[in-house]
Formats: sequence, structure tokens, C-alpha cells
Amino acid sequence: MCASAKYNTRGPALIPRMKTKHRIYYITLFSIVLLGLIATGMFQFWPHSIESSSDWTVEKRSVHDVPVVKLPADSPIPERGDLSCRMHTCFDVYRCGFNPKNKIKVYIYSLKKYVDEYGTSVSNTISREYNELLTAISDSEFYTDDVNRACLFVPSIDVLNQNALRIKETAQALAQLSRWDRGTNHLLFNMLPGGPPDYNTALDVPRDSPRRYFILSSQMALHPEYRSELEALQAENGESVLILDKCTNLSDGVPAVRKRCHKNQVFDYPQVLQESTFCVVLRGARLGQAVLSDVLQAGCVPVIIADSYILPFSEVLDWKRASVVIPEEKMPEMYSILQSVPQRQIEEMQRQARWFWEAYFRSMKAIALATLQIINDRIYPYAAISYEEWNDPPAVKWSSVSNPLFLPLIPPQSQGFTAIVLTYDRVESLFRVITEVSKVPSLSKLLVVWNNQNKNPPEESLWPKIRVPLKVVRTAENKLSNRFFPYDEIETEAVLAIDDDIIMLTSDELQFGYEVWREFPDRLVGYPGRLHLWDHEMNKWKYESEWTNEVSMVLTGAAFYHKYFNYLYTYKMPGDIKNWVDAHMNCEDIAMNFLVANVTGKSVIKVTPRKKFKCPECTAIDGLSLDQTHMVERSECINKFASVFGTMPLKVVEHRADPVLYKDDFPEKLKSFPNIGSL
Amino acid sequence: MQTRKKYIFLTFLASWLLLFFFGGDQLRHFAFFSGRKTEARRNWPRWTDRSLLKSFADSEELQSDGDPSLPSPRERRAARLSVYKNSRCRMETCFDFSRCEKHGFKVFTYPRERDQPLSESYGKILASIERSRYYTPNPEEACLFILSIDTLDRDHLSGQYVRNVDEKIRGFPLWNGGRNHLIFNLYSGTWPNYTEDLGFDIGQAILAKASFYTESFRPGFDISIPLFPKDHPQRGGEKGWLYQDSVPPKKKYLLVFKGKRYLTGIGSSTRNALHHIHNGKDIISLTTCKHGKDWEKHKDTRCDKDNVDYEKFNYQELLHNSTFCIVPRGRRLGSFRFLEALQAACIPVLLSDGWELPFAEAIDWGKAAVVGNERLLLQIPSAVRCIHPERVLAFQQQTQFLWDAYFSSVDKIVHTTLEIIKDRLLPHRSRSRFLWNTLPGGLLALPEFSTHLGDFPFYYLQHGSSPSEKFTAFIRAVSPAGSLSQPILRLIQAVSGSQYCAQILVLWSCEKPPPPSGKWPQTTVPLTIIQGRGKLSDRFFPYAAIQTDAVLSLDEHASLSTSEVDFAFTVWRSFPERIVGFPTQSHFWDAEQKRWGYTSKWTNELSIVLTAAAFYHRYYHSLFTEYLPAGLRELVDGLAACEDILMNVLVAAVTKLPPIKVTQRKQHKESVSQQVKGTTGAAGGRRFSQHQDCLNQLADWFGYMPLVSSQLRLDPVLFKDQVSVLRKKYPRLEKP
Repeated sequence: MCASAKYNTRGPALIPRMKTKHRIYYITLFSIVLLGLIATGMFQFWPHSIESSSDWTVEKRSVHDVPVVKLPADSPIPERGDLSCRMHTCFDVYRCGFNPKNKIKVYIYSLKKYVDEYGTSVSNTISREYNELLTAISDSEFYTDDVNRACLFVPSIDVLNQNALRIKETAQALAQLSRWDRGTNHLLFNMLPGGPPDYNTALDVPRDSPRRYFILSSQMALHPEYRSELEALQAENGESVLILDKCTNLSDGVPAVRKRCHKNQVFDYPQVLQESTFCVVLRGARLGQAVLSDVLQAGCVPVIIADSYILPFSEVLDWKRASVVIPEEKMPEMYSILQSVPQRQIEEMQRQARWFWEAYFRSMKAIALATLQIINDRIYPYAAISYEEWNDPPAVKWSSVSNPLFLPLIPPQSQGFTAIVLTYDRVESLFRVITEVSKVPSLSKLLVVWNNQNKNPPEESLWPKIRVPLKVVRTAENKLSNRFFPYDEIETEAVLAIDDDIIMLTSDELQFGYEVWREFPDRLVGYPGRLHLWDHEMNKWKYESEWTNEVSMVLTGAAFYHKYFNYLYTYKMPGDIKNWVDAHMNCEDIAMNFLVANVTGKSVIKVTPRKKFKCPECTAIDGLSLDQTHMVERSECINKFASVFGTMPLKVVEHRADPVLYKDDFPEKLKSFPNIGSL
Repeated sequence: MQTRKKYIFLTFLASWLLLFFFGGDQLRHFAFFSGRKTEARRNWPRWTDRSLLKSFADSEELQSDGDPSLPSPRERRAARLSVYKNSRCRMETCFDFSRCEKHGFKVFTYPRERDQPLSESYGKILASIERSRYYTPNPEEACLFILSIDTLDRDHLSGQYVRNVDEKIRGFPLWNGGRNHLIFNLYSGTWPNYTEDLGFDIGQAILAKASFYTESFRPGFDISIPLFPKDHPQRGGEKGWLYQDSVPPKKKYLLVFKGKRYLTGIGSSTRNALHHIHNGKDIISLTTCKHGKDWEKHKDTRCDKDNVDYEKFNYQELLHNSTFCIVPRGRRLGSFRFLEALQAACIPVLLSDGWELPFAEAIDWGKAAVVGNERLLLQIPSAVRCIHPERVLAFQQQTQFLWDAYFSSVDKIVHTTLEIIKDRLLPHRSRSRFLWNTLPGGLLALPEFSTHLGDFPFYYLQHGSSPSEKFTAFIRAVSPAGSLSQPILRLIQAVSGSQYCAQILVLWSCEKPPPPSGKWPQTTVPLTIIQGRGKLSDRFFPYAAIQTDAVLSLDEHASLSTSEVDFAFTVWRSFPERIVGFPTQSHFWDAEQKRWGYTSKWTNELSIVLTAAAFYHRYYHSLFTEYLPAGLRELVDGLAACEDILMNVLVAAVTKLPPIKVTQRKQHKESVSQQVKGTTGAAGGRRFSQHQDCLNQLADWFGYMPLVSSQLRLDPVLFKDQVSVLRKKYPRLEKP
């Protein structure tokens, strides 16, 4: 019923085996088939009257063929709109109800032609723009054709342009809509006042050339008082300010709307907008001006001078990032105000302006969808689109990081950590690890992940006796990713992942690692560090475990991290990385390093000098050749993951964390972590 | 069994065959028609002549919106002044911007009269204004005026109701119809209707009111503030209760409510319904009928059982153990419960239709609260169950950030109110919504410094940029000699040798004039001398000459090598919001003396990095000089080495994180021990006690101890490892 992520909290579960021999199955199957037969038969003889009664036929029709509705002169006029309307007073939310997708349902009335008593039409049937807008709505996922299920109604009566309307008759036409009910839950679009998107294609490619003018005013019908103020600015600041006006001496055939003039110089409009850093949008008879859309499209930063103007979609769009709003009274100071805007910010505002245009003003479709989405956000606020999604241009969305653990918290020491030991069958070594780790003061629980399905873990009596709870989890499959599963048994925030052969870490070293993790709870805190490098010859990434001065990863053979990353690893790992790791039985640690760096944008913290995990068994095998294949495999992992993530999220740093008094000339017994171990 | 199975299988097969042969054709028809039918019904028709349709307005009409015969803009503005008055006030029509131009944003509080009753809360509001950096005692300079009459409680049945306010304010020569006044109110109206009426004419004053109803709210003019209890701390404030981030939220309850149920009157419909969602398991919604004197008169059949259930649960326990908390309207729209839930990281589920949420002009509540609808109460359980665990985690963290940034003390509430008004004065120099809703919050992000995100130390990750690759070395010279000492020459050499150094600035704080430019060493980077004004706080003045993000602050006696500087700078680039430096000290709580102690001895912890040798972001200069009130800087000027501590306290208060210590080759130890040895007795002791005093005064001023301790030091990866020095990038750091 609800679309939330229902995830398994019990670990990789066994697949229940189907055991069915019930008759019921067959009986149901049989009856379904029978029912199907009956239904088909019934339909065969049913009169197909539904089609013909529909207003909408499949055949292509012209807008001129729509049914005509005559409005009697005395038909009711709706009451005046209630100015004090708020969503909670005038909007009927019961129509919208709870639905799992959290989407409102929008119904469009069918198109009709309204005429008055004398047969004269009330308005243009429909304009091109309004038709596009309705088409966009009907193609969107908000649309429903069932008037009874709808929560929002859109009349097909075109009121985009108030100038072309016969107000009284239009009102009457609205009032006779089947669900009008004083306009409750109805949505009207009105653009004049306002402006439609301009459909010219002259500006489609944004230019990167330097902009010649600092301030540009391109509006034609400015009030003389504004114009004289602008001209005063021009007189003061010279060439960098350009004030354009309507051309008076154009030859015939040149559309006046595509030209602007300054004295005798003729400029192409709207191309000239691309020549300026800032473009003035001054109020005319109405507050909103069509020029705003052109200015945004040209990537020119709009300077809005229209007191009390509610900017389009200002409920969700942060216009401070794309425009400069100047009170009308401050017009004379415009130049100095604009000069105080830092250059880097101007560039961002230009990008932002262009993005607003592309996302929300470009077409009637964009306008319609943004409008519906805003209403949707009001009705399902808990599923609303976030500020970042509305406002961040794609480039920012791509390059920015929003850390899921953004609150700077230093978890209390008392909470301790849970050690997770992944083991297969090295019982002896495992028991040594358990004994060693149990000496760490802040250990609060030990979890052994028994990854061997063919062998049972040793009897309870054989396990080492330790001071903290010890739990054994058996897994269904021998997978590396089992070590990163968010087991319910993990009750602390901090997790210490440790291999069953890591016995060389001292208690001080581990305790110090935990203390460091507390200061960096959103990072991987580990011991041996590793590095990725760009191989210029091969043109790909290379894995490096040599003595480097830099680190970008830590091995998870022993590493502290937040339990949240287990959750991310298991459920949110991008692409097929998880399966890839399980199939190759390698690189789970690199995958974890990628994942954490990608969501937090931060580097790992390597603690203490430790460079290697020397395991007794490893020395037996021929180290060199194994090492080389190992390096090749690891490099391959890095390249694979970088391509899945689409970027290289790892951060390279030159530091490691040591205790404050590490190697200082100071009595060892007074140091908190005297036994920090060696390489 | 077997035969039966076969039989059934056969029937099944046969019927499908039948269906296929007889119904197949029909079925196809059916599918065809229904498909066509749904398609035809579903979409808005594609008109054949849609490309021929006329545009709704021709371009001429759109571009020439303006009629010269209309009233001139000036006339129109004048006309608007008389229309948009009182209940329709806007900043342009009711606020006199010109008052704020000359002296900036200054706030004046009316002198308090002796016989005037003053509630505890209003006293705190006035105190925080008077302590703020915007306060002015001179009404001539003021841009904003605050009455000394207590207007918080305007319920005339209340004991704190002040009578004859109208008469009193009309007697104030500064009142001026309420222009540029800010009036605070927590309670308005009374039983039974609780209207928004304040009982006096506020005229054109800005109203900062709790429980604001959207209908009486003047957008962009009034400010909705939260309802806070009278024991709300003046400053500092309690921390939030979230101390661990867990996914999924491991809380005992999903959704809780415990409160009164009004049997009659306004707000009763909301509260009377709340028991419906109680399920006794993860949703606990308890109401009691007991309130007021005559509740038994109105009591209904549920009351007895409800009252019994009500006593079974503890409010605090519920608050601590629930993921979501219902915050329904009471008699008024806002309640104390809102701030309580916010502090407890219990995500508020608001059921208060028409409530203009506190500071909604700045705060994006969609990130911290679930704004429910009173009418859809029964959908709330399923709605909150459907919120993804990651989103819950983000919500929880946001509640804590907002609580700490804007609500945890009266100071914060008042300052947020003032900053919102200040932002309206210069829209182009104001905070974007991003700044308000991202750590460390709007109060700590000064738009006077910059409005560009990349200029601040906090937003590199979200902005997708990184701090600049160069730093400015800023050396404070105080030696009274008037000539250049050896240490400073060495220091300039070492610092200018760093590949990351962009320039060196010397702050000359001696009485004698600086040596002529010829005496200064030749450096590869520009060296500039700034004449100080002889104050200790000078060193944190935001000099325009500092152009890089990073500042390396140095005392002339600091002894550093080029590699130390290089390494410290690369570390700073990873932690641009913190102080990264060399010598450190730490603070501790002295339980015997019941005060904060300060130690410069060698310890296993550190919480202060001395700015005698430290990297930090240049923004902290602005914050130090512009954000902190003048009184605090005066305090610092009067005490030895207190500016160091203040800078550390300030950065810790902003970031909530400890500073970072990096490797230092030559230990500070000698100088410390020398100091201790050489100054045993009076001087050293005094200096030490001044440190301690400083620390305690700052803790008192901030209302808590912002410093955070760290147990680590960052060293180069191969530091003191037993490998060839040739492999090491910073071998010089290890030389004894």
C-alpha cells in the first residue's frame, strides 16, 4: 500500500520452498477461466453504445467542430472570488485523498464553444498556447479522465489573455461547468498579465562570449519617468549602460518586435539581450513583463524593478539566486548595487537564470507541469520536491554532495562500537581475534558472521569467554557483501569491520581508532591506507599499495564506520557493483570506500602508522606473483566502479591521524595511547 | 489423487482451447475497442488544425505593455501608500527605509519605566536586543524601534495584560503611527474566540507574533515567531536530544500525542478527533478531558476511559522515544509542543490549518516537519509510515539544526526576527533560502561578507567547489624595538618559501613606525604592511587586502619551517571550516572550583589552537568583527591572550567541531617551559588567571561552553615511519 522501501531486516533470508498440492488452486484457476469465458461471451452481445455517446472520438477533428453551448443572458454569474482564500479554507482536500503515489488527479473539461443569446461567440475557442498547455496536462501523470476521481479541475475555457475576454459571459460560462461549485478546486491560467514564452529559436544556443554591456534595458513602452531615470544612469556611467527603445524609422516588412533602437543604431531583439550582464525588467501597466522570459532565456541576469511583484513560481524558486530585486525607489542606485555583486556570483546567476528558463518557462508544457507540481506539493507536503531539486541546475546537482549525515554530532563514547568479524572456517585465528578485540574498552558487542554454509560454527562452550555479548549470525550464501549487511544485532552507530586474521592490532590502536571515528563519524576510519592513481600510459586508474605519501582508501580488514553505510551498501549501492563484488569475491572494501566518498564528498581517515596486515598464512604462498595478479584485479575494480559511479569520488589526502602526543618526547605512561603499534 | 489432477488439468486445457477458438476473435475486438476507447477518452484531442490556432496575444501586445497616460510611477507609489496601510501593510508602504540608510540597521528600545510591569519573557527579549550588535541607545540613529511596554500577553483575562496601551503609545513622540516599530506578541485574543486582536492599534508596526493565522498575516511584513515558555533560556540554550543517527530510526513509537482534549469551543474539533488514530502499539494518541474548572460539565462518554489511559504514559518518555510527534492546534494555532518536539528530534506532524509557521519566510519547514492537514487526520498514520528511512534521518537532523540555530534561546529567536527584517532592507544583500536552511544557519552566514556560496567556509561540498589553492600569511608584529627582529625575518623567509603562499601581510602593532620598505627582506611574494590601531582584536579585522580563502595567522615569534606550512595548508584544504594549527591548549571543567579551567600543559587532548600559528578561513575575520557584539571585543582587548580563545570559541560555536592540530617539528615545549620558569610568580600567574577568566567570561556570554576536545593530531602519512627519507614528502618535519 505504501511505496516505501520495505527492506528485510533479518539478513539474507532463506527462500521459502513452495509446497502446494491444494485443490483450491485448481478450483480457483478453473473458475477464473470459466469467468473469463462468460465475460467474453457477454461482451460479444453487449451493445457497444459507450463509444458513440462519448464526446471524444478517435477521428481527428477541428476545434471548429466542437459542440456549441448557448449562454442565456440571465444565467448565473459566479460570486466574486474570495480574496481571503487559503489552501485550507477554499480547497477541498477530501477530493484528493491519500494515494500511494502522492499525485493529484487533474481533470480537463471537454472543449466547447460558448455563444451568447444572439449567437455571438464569447471568446476565441482556444488559443494555441492554451491548447498546448492542456495537451501537456493530459499527457502528464497527473491527468485523469474520470471526473469523479479528480481533485483538480481545469476548464477548457481559455482565459490566458484578459484583454480578449468578455468578462461577464466568460464568468457565466465558468459557472455552468459541471463541478464549478464557486470555483472550488479549479485551476485557471492567466498570462496577460504576465507573458508567454517566446517561441523564437534565435537564442537557443547560449553564448559564452564576453558581454559588452553591464546594464541593458530593452522594454519598449516604458513610462517616461522610468526612462528618464534610466537615461540619467546612462549619462552617469556611459557606454556600459544601454537603453533601447522602439524603432521609429524601420522600413516596411521588418517586424518591430524583433528590433530595438538606441538613437539611430538598430539592434536585433532578443539577441541583444545576450550582449549584457544585467537586463532591466521594469513594471509597465502590469507588474509582470514578457521581457522576463526573454531575459532568462538569454542568460542575462534580470534586474527586477516592480514593487510587490510576486515573481513566477516564487513559492518554490529561489529568485535571489537568479535575479537582483531592486525597490523602485532605489533605481538611481542601480549601478552601484549591481557592481557590488561578486563576479563569480554573476556567473552563477546567469547559469541559474538560464536553468530556470529551461526547466520552468521554456514552453507551455514546462509552465503547466511546474504549476501542477506546486499544487501537488501543497497537497502532499511530505512528498514534496525539495528546494535543491527545484533550484539546483543539473551541473550543480551533479557536482554537489549532500551528506546524509550532515549534522555535526560527536557520538558519546559510552555507546561503544560493535565489532563484526566475517569468518569462513579459520576458527583458531577467529578465536584469537575475538580475544584480542574483546580487550578494547569501548567494545560493546561482538558479532561473528559465519559465512560457511557447509560447516556449523563451533559449539557454544568452545568460544572464548569475553566480557561483552557475542553473537553468531549464519548466512545463506558465502558472499562478501554479508559483512556489510545492516544486521539488527548492531545496536551502536559505530561498526568495526574486522577480518578473522587481524590479530596484530593492539588494544590501544583499536581504541584510538574508535576515538578518531567519533570525531569523524561520517567517514571510513581505517588502518592501512591505499591509493588510486591515474596511469597516463594506460589511460586508466591504477591501484597502489606501495609506500605512498598519500591515501585515498582504507582497507576494511579493520575499519570503523557508521552503521548507516551498511544500509547504503546493501540497499543503495549503484549499478551492479554489489553483484560484481560477490561474483569476483574481491574489492568489497574498495566498493565501500567509493560509496562513502561519493555520498559524503569527504576523504577517509587513516589512523596510526600501520601499513600492512601481515597474516601468517600469506607468507607461505609465493608472495610476488600473487601480489601482481592481486594488484591487477584491484585496479580493475577501481576502473569498474569509477565507470559505474560516473565519476571518481575518492579524495586524496596527505595526512593520517595519530594520538596528540604520538612520538613526542614525553613520558609514555602519561600518554593515553602509549601502545600504538608499528607498521 | 493422480486421476483427479489429470482431470482438472484436462478441463483447464480444454477451456483455454475453447476460449481461444470462440472467444479469440471477440477478445481481440474487445482489446481493440477498449484500447481505442481508453485512448480516445484519456487524452485531450489532437486537433487537426492545432497548428493554425491563433496565439493568445500577439507579440506587439506583449511587448508594449505600458501606457504613457497611466499615472507616473511616483504618483502610483504615492497612491499605494494610502491604500496599503494598516492591515494591508507592506515594507514599501509602511516602512521608512530612509531611516536605515545613514547608520545602517540599528535598533532602539524605549527606556523602561519603573512602574511598568514587565514579564520575564519580555525582559529577556529586550535584554537580547540590548546585547546585540544592532542596539543603539540613540533614537536618532535607529532604524527599528521596540516598545518597552510588555505586549506579549494580550489576553485580557491574563494577569500580565497591560491596560491602556493605546493611550500610552499615543503619548510617545517616536511612535509615528507605528512606523518602523516592531511589536512582539505571544498570546492574542481570549476565550471563546481567541481572535488575533491585540487590544490596541498597532498601526504600521511590524508584528512578530506567535500562532499567526495566515489570514491576518501581512506577507513580507509581519513575522511569525514560535511560542516559547517563560523559562526559555536567555542565551546558549539546551542542546537537541539527538545524539545518534540511526537508520531505520530505532524508536519505540512511530507517532505520539499526549495532551488536553477540549470538549467545547475553538480547536476542540481537532483535538477531539485525535484519539481515533491511537492503536496502542506504535501510535499513541492520548487525550485527557481534565482541564479548566468545569470540565465535568461537558464531559462525554469517552472521558473516563481516556483520563485513565492518559495517566499510563509519561509525556517526556513519549517525546524521547518516538519518531514523529503530533503537534495539533490548541485554542490558538501554535503551542509549546512545537519547540519541545523540535528539540527532542521528534519530527513534528503539524495539524494546525492556517498557521503561518515560525520564520517561514526564511525556514523551509518541509525539510524538518510534516505539515499535515487537520481535515485529513486519518491519513496521517499511513502518510508517515510511507516516509523513507533516509528521509526520516534527514528530517531528524534538520530538526536539530533548526532548533540549535534559531530556537534554543530567546537570543536566537529575537536575532532571527531582526535578521529577517534586515534582509528585507537590502534585497540584493540578503541571504538566500539556501543559507537559512543549511548548516550553520542564517545567523552565522553574514550577507555583508558575501552572497556567493563559494566565499564561505561551509558550503564547498554542496556548492561543488573547493577552497582557493593559495593562502595569505598574516603576521602580527608587536616587538617594541621598532626594528625587525631575527625571528620575524626567519619567519618571513620560511613562509614565503611555501609554494602555496600568495602574499604576506604584516600587521604592525608597535608604537614606533615600521621600518622603511628597504629594510624588509626580499620575498618572491608581495609583502604589505598594515598599520594596526594597537588593539588586540585588530588581528581579526577583515582587512580588504586578504584576498585568499585561507589565512595563516602568525605571531612574530612563531617558529615554522616551509614544510610545516605546506603540510598544514594541505590539511586545512580538507577542513576549511576549522582552525588548523600547531601549538594547542585545552580546557577542562574544574569540578572543585566549579568553573572552567585552562591548561597549556602537555595533554592528551586539545580544544584550542593558538592563532600564533594557525590556518583558518578569512570569513572568520568578518564573523569575529561583525557578528560578535562590540562589548565582547572590548572584553578581549582588556585581557591578555583572550582574543585567541575567543576566536577558538567562535569557530567551535559555529562548527560544533574541535580544531585540528598538525605536526610541528620544533616543539612549543621549550617556549612554554621557559615561560613557566621565567615567569614563575606574579606575572605568569596573572597571565594564567587571565586566561581562565577569559574562558569563563566567554562561556558565560555564549551561555554554554562551545569548545570541543579532540584526541588526535594529523601527521604526514609516512611520519616517523622507518623508511628511507627519500620516500617521504615532508622529511624535514622529522628532524629533531
